This record gives sequence, structure tokens and C-alpha cells, in this order.
Amino acid sequence: MTKIDPVLYPLGEDGLLVEFAPALSMQANAAAIACRDAVSALGLDGVTEVGSTLKSTFMRFDPVVLSHGRAEAALRDVLGQEDWSKVEAPVARAWRLPSCFDADFAPQLEEFAGLAGRSSGDLVDELAATPLRVLALGFAPGMPYLGELPAHWNVPRQSGLTPKVPVGAITAAIRQIVLFAVPSGTGWRQIGQAAWRGFDPDGAGPYLSAGDVLRFDPVGPEAFADHLAAGGGVLEDRL
Amino acid sequence: MTRIKVLSAGPSVTLQDRGRNGLSAFGLSAGGAMDPMALAEARALLGAGFDGCAIEMGQMGGRYTADGDLIIALTGARMKAQLDGESLAWGQTHAWPAGAELEIGAATEGAYGYLAVAGTWQVPERFGAKSTHIQAGIGAPMTGGDVLELDPTPAEAGLGLPNWRTTATEVRVIPSVQSGWFGEEGRAWLERTVFVKTARASRMGAALSFDGQGVQSDHGLSVTSEIVSLGDIQITGDGTPYVLMREAQTTGGYSRIATVISADLPAFAQLAVGAQIPFKFVTLEQALAARVAQADFAKALRGRVAPVVRAPEMIHDLLSYTLVSGVVSATDPEGWE
Repeated sequence: MTKIDPVLYPLGEDGLLVEFAPALSMQANAAAIACRDAVSALGLDGVTEVGSTLKSTFMRFDPVVLSHGRAEAALRDVLGQEDWSKVEAPVARAWRLPSCFDADFAPQLEEFAGLAGRSSGDLVDELAATPLRVLALGFAPGMPYLGELPAHWNVPRQSGLTPKVPVGAITAAIRQIVLFAVPSGTGWRQIGQAAWRGFDPDGAGPYLSAGDVLRFDPVGPEAFADHLAAGGGVLEDRL
Repeated sequence: MTRIKVLSAGPSVTLQDRGRNGLSAFGLSAGGAMDPMALAEARALLGAGFDGCAIEMGQMGGRYTADGDLIIALTGARMKAQLDGESLAWGQTHAWPAGAELEIGAATEGAYGYLAVAGTWQVPERFGAKSTHIQAGIGAPMTGGDVLELDPTPAEAGLGLPNWRTTATEVRVIPSVQSGWFGEEGRAWLERTVFVKTARASRMGAALSFDGQGVQSDHGLSVTSEIVSLGDIQITGDGTPYVLMREAQTTGGYSRIATVISADLPAFAQLAVGAQIPFKFVTLEQALAARVAQADFAKALRGRVAPVVRAPEMIHDLLSYTLVSGVVSATDPEGWE
């Protein structure tokens, strides 16, 4: 078990940041999400956002309404109430996403499987059987970083860039999955594609949130097309 | 309902209000006007007729016509403006009659000019705001042929604000979460180097150039992404400082050496390409005092609004003016609504 020692920083002139570890670990991420929920529950006046990143919790506020001193005292109070080395991430919601892993949808699956020392079929079965935590959202609105997969998924990013992966690309590296919400160049290898349209500014959601659990549901190309035609959103799953 | 037709537009013409706060953990930066003080000017000039939303024009304006009579305010960076070929003064309200062509050209000082129209823009609120967020795909920059709808409200033409704007001579910063990674030397470097705003500036951010040796964070380039703050100065892989602005990504893996204080961000946004920027560290207390002072200044702008005095020989349609009627005090707020 990793010992978690939270460190508090001022974040610009209207925020505070609690960093649970210098680099991402599953325990630091769980602590960040649990702390986010605990700070949100305080319902402090003047707070404009409470959120989490891969390894930190942050709170932004109107410094005229809530002074830095009072904000910091409230955060320290929350930090003193838990053993952050042991806390588990609360799971609020579960989702599944129909996804296709046929060769046309997974241009680098074979290459990735070779690097992971497994067959592509075994990897897809393992991915489908592993509920992944939304570690954080970022890069583009609503775009999730998902983890954590078993140790043999610890394959580094490729040294070159794939010029462009499509919206919905399921890409893998370092025991994580990034699900692309926008077409983009990337160093992550594309091992499948989810029938997901990404961020729709006119849509009503649902949108993912850090701490949610998401499962990829392997389907054939026809079911993939049907789901996209129906809107391409995440589907509720049982917790 | 009045329709405003965009006949042509510069490359960065968008509808902007105060933006969307509270969504950075979702990956959506706040966006909103690059110069919120220009929105405060519009509110002071148009009064209750301003719905908080104006057309922001980066470097270059556009040509517009409307199918109804409107009242406009021109705020922010000064730009060349004409109505059917007649020059319009910046920092003032004007009548914009139906069918007249409003032509707004290049910025003559600064970077972002604003065309505010008295009325309520008929644009759906998405995630709590009407503003266009180019990076997130919420709306898009205006182009020729676009039509915008506005429900007009009354406002007064012929009002002006004295020009209070000056070019920023220093930009104040406070330490960021990662300032320590650059050591004392990094801090000294930031204060002694004169940076220049480059043409690589947009609603996302602004790259700065400088002479001499740069600095790098002692954490190198393998940093776990962390939440960014508006105004963060990140040092990119090749050593270029890049100031994160309204439509920046919400998280970043580059180390940030300092954060521009909120009170200096509007003036920073308004610096023209080639402008020199000396940075100066201040304390959090000084940053907060400047923030409060700026908010107070914005509220007090309304008291500075006064009818524009024009030489009678410059008024070609003198007889169409009501020369004596109710006099409105510019300093008495009761006289306004």
C-alpha cells in the first residue's frame, strides 16, 4: 500500500489544490475523487467548482465571499477526517458502451497485443470483463481517462504519433484507456472503437464524471452502427 | 425581433458573455470575453438594455446590416468604424438605423473590440451561457451570411465613456502550483526578461518570445497532467512561455512558472502583437486587492458615462435632434433606469 500524504497549494488567486501524489496512482486517484465528494458536501458559500484530476482535488471560489484562510481551514478539516492511504473511491454511476474490436475498428490491436504478450482475443475479453474507473476528464470536454488494467497492459506510448484517430477511438497505453471525444493525433495505440459521439454541446447528456465506472461491450459492426445511429451515448449499466 | 446579418467577418468574430465557470473538471474551460472590462463598458453605456453578451472581434471587425433600428455601443480595443461611410467614434453609443451598413475594420489600438447591441440575443444558453467556445465546438466564429436574432430593448444614443484605457506597462503575476520547480533563478528570469507578444495568440492563449537563455522546470517534460488556472504561464518543451487564456485546455502536462493575476488579464489580452511585457511578481494579497479594485472600477464606469458633446457644425442633421428635453444626469444613478 502506498502512503498518501496530501499537499495543499494555492491554485491561482481563486482556488486551492490538494495533491495526493506527485504522479498518478490508483490510490491517489481514489483519494482525489473521495475528497472531491467530501468537499462538495460541505456546500460552502462562494465555491464555484469542486473537481478532481488524475491525482488531485481542487476547489475554486470567489475570494471576496470565501477568504483563502477559511477555504484552507475547511479543506484541512476534510483532509484530517480520513486515512487517504486507505479510502476507496465512491462509485456513483455505471455505464456501458457498445464497442467494436474488428480489424477495421482496431488498427493497432495486433501490435498492442504483441507488446503485451497476449493474443488480441484474450485482450479484448479482458477489457470487456474489467469495469474501468473514469480517472479524470480532460483534453477535450467530456473525454475520459480510464483505468486501471492488469500489469501486462503497461505498454508505453508509441514513439511516433498516429496522425488521426476518430471520435470514439479506444486507445491504450500505461495500463490506461483514453477514449477520444474529438478526432486527434495521438501517441496512444488504437485497439478498438466505441460507438460514441463524444461531447455534444446541444445534447442533454448523460455525461461522464470522474469516479464513474465504464465497461466496453464488444459488438459487431452492425450493432455498432445501430448504436451510433441512435445517438451514440453511454448506456446505463448495473453498479 | 430584429435580424442582424453578417456580410463579412474577420477570423475571430464571436458572441461572448462572461463564459461558463465550474466545468473545468469536465474538460470545458470557462471561455467568455477576452476583455471582460469591455463588457462592463457596454453595460455602463447601454444600461439595462445590455444582456451581458456582445460581438467580440479579434484584430478585425466585420460588416453588418440589421432589419430594424438598433442602438449599439462600441467598446474594448479601438477599431475603425463607419456607418454608411460616416465615421463612428469608439467608446460611445450610436443609433444604427435599419438597412444601414455598419463596417468595423482593423483594431487601431489593442486586440479585441466589442460591438454591443441593446437587446437580448436570441441564442440558446448552453451549459449556462450564450458565448461561443470555439475549441469545444459550442458555436463557431461568425462568417459572411450568418444571421443573428436579437430582441431589441431601449437604450440611448449619443452617450460616451472617457477613454480610461492605457497600454499595460507591466503584467503582475503570482506563483503557480509549480513555480518552485523553476527555482529562484526561474523567478528572477521571469522578472528581468522582456517578453514580446507574438502573432501566435488566440482565444486559447498567447506565445511569447524573448532574447537570451530560457529556463526549464527541474521536473522535465514527464509531468502528470494537472488542472490549469486562467493566466498560467506554461513553459513548453522548446522553452517558449505560453499564457493560457479563456479557451485553454483545462489540464496540462507542461510546468507553469507563474500565473497572471485576474486584474491584469484584460489588459494582457489587449496587448497588440509585438508589445513588450515585463512581468512582476506580487503577493496573493496584492492580487486580491487589485481584483477588488477592478471590480469596483467596473461598477463605477456607469458614473463616468456622459452625453457626448459635439460641435454643432459636425452634426449634419442638426434639426432632427430634440435639442432640449429631459436632461439625464450621468452621475446620479437614480436618473438612469
